[in-house]
Amino acid sequence: MVCDLCKDGEAVIQLTEIEGSGVRQLHLCEKCAAERGVETTLTAAKPQINNFLQTIHEQMPAAKGEPAQCSFCQGTLADFRATGRLGCAHCYETFESSLRDLLRRVHGNSRHIGRRYVAPLPSELPHVSNATELRDRLKRAIESEQFELAADIRDKLRGIE
Amino acid sequence: MLDLSLLPDGGASWLDASGEHADIVISTRIRLARNLEGYAFTPRARDGERLRILTQVREAFASLRSIEDGVLVRVDELAPEDRLLLHERHLVSKELAGLNDQPVRTGAAVYLSRGVGIMVNEEDHLRLQALHSGFHIPDAFGVIERLDAELGNKVPYAFHNEFGYLTACPTNVGTGLRASVLIHLPGLVLTKEIGKVLAGLQQVGLTYRGMYGEGSEVVGNFFQISNQTTLGRSEGELLDYLVRVVRHVIEREEEARRVLLRDAGYIIEDKLWRAFGTLRYARSLSFEEAMNYLSGVRLAVGLKLISGLSVYTLNKLLIFSQLAHLGHTEGRALTESEANVARARYVRETLATESE
Repeated sequence: MVCDLCKDGEAVIQLTEIEGSGVRQLHLCEKCAAERGVETTLTAAKPQINNFLQTIHEQMPAAKGEPAQCSFCQGTLADFRATGRLGCAHCYETFESSLRDLLRRVHGNSRHIGRRYVAPLPSELPHVSNATELRDRLKRAIESEQFELAADIRDKLRGIE
Repeated sequence: MLDLSLLPDGGASWLDASGEHADIVISTRIRLARNLEGYAFTPRARDGERLRILTQVREAFASLRSIEDGVLVRVDELAPEDRLLLHERHLVSKELAGLNDQPVRTGAAVYLSRGVGIMVNEEDHLRLQALHSGFHIPDAFGVIERLDAELGNKVPYAFHNEFGYLTACPTNVGTGLRASVLIHLPGLVLTKEIGKVLAGLQQVGLTYRGMYGEGSEVVGNFFQISNQTTLGRSEGELLDYLVRVVRHVIEREEEARRVLLRDAGYIIEDKLWRAFGTLRYARSLSFEEAMNYLSGVRLAVGLKLISGLSVYTLNKLLIFSQLAHLGHTEGRALTESEANVARARYVRETLATESE
């Protein structure tokens, strides 16, 4: 089918126009469709992170008096600028004033007013087995041929070691 | 091969069309980003650290009361097809499944139960999420809030007095809450009102994306609408606001559908029945084609032009006609052309048995 407008190109788009109470159907080639402002593909908004990275690049000089590096994860502001990701929770304290400005730009606010949280005391946390205990359990699981359990314990042990 | 039917709800309760406005809103998802104290965030953590995190949360999962009979899936030990399967089912993100440019991370796992999941070692150590059918924000949040409170008593979250829950990316800090609805807006697309509506969303601090999240294309007129900011407003305010705006979008969509039917009745009717006809008889369907025709048939069901076809069937067709799902049914990985044939057969057979 040829295009209803230029009578030349191959019609690839069927356009239903509604004007007042009238309706008309047009078969358009890609070029004429584009000229009439019909979007042939609709892509999602640009990933938010791209804009965000740009904000970091343009507007985030290191604040005076801030350490160059996080003492916990050794991350730097340069790492953050490159990836848009902070290295660890301590980075929020290390780069506090730079981040406060950035958060105001990104969220319009830097103060959390949602739910508060207090972490449980270490003594309240469930007991996590230590490596010696796990090695002993692994040995016993293998001896008693409980291989699924053994695999599970092996994973835990790998996590600790 | 991963068998999703072994999950407590078969990993599919969110498709059952039970929620409000289920013909327009496919699903509601709420997620909370949380990190554990004492470790680098996932992208910077070493393999050993991530495995320790997994060990620590695994012990906590075992004693959770708000999740019943959950199942832990080690995503890092799955074959690529199975990781894609989980992603297509909306149970894990692209990042966790290693489907972005980065390979899957050691220690990547997901704990799944009825309509709830906890991703471990995603960009944040924990991503708690509730997934519900239809438009169902309060229920989805109730579930996730209880889970969060309980889990936060078993593992120490990283929390800052001023900045709230700390996250790897500062765009998630504060509440760590992202709520999104997957919504079908063919009326607004056909009446060309969609551009205005989407631009309006961005002006009021919400954002939209394609069906599979960040960077994904919009296919089949399915959009995901979610909050953009996470800091400076309470969880309740963020959710109320989203609910109000989404209600308004639904009204606009319903209005657009009325206009279409009033002003272009026979043309629309013809177009939608042709979509149904193609799905009912085609022998090969690409994913994008199937999505577009399914969009047409979904609209026809919403307009009551086609009866005897349930929204549940439409939801199933949307998810089960994807590449990894088709491969799973066939018992082997499919090439694109094989998938097109398998897709057409699956759609044809489902419509033959599930439409009156």
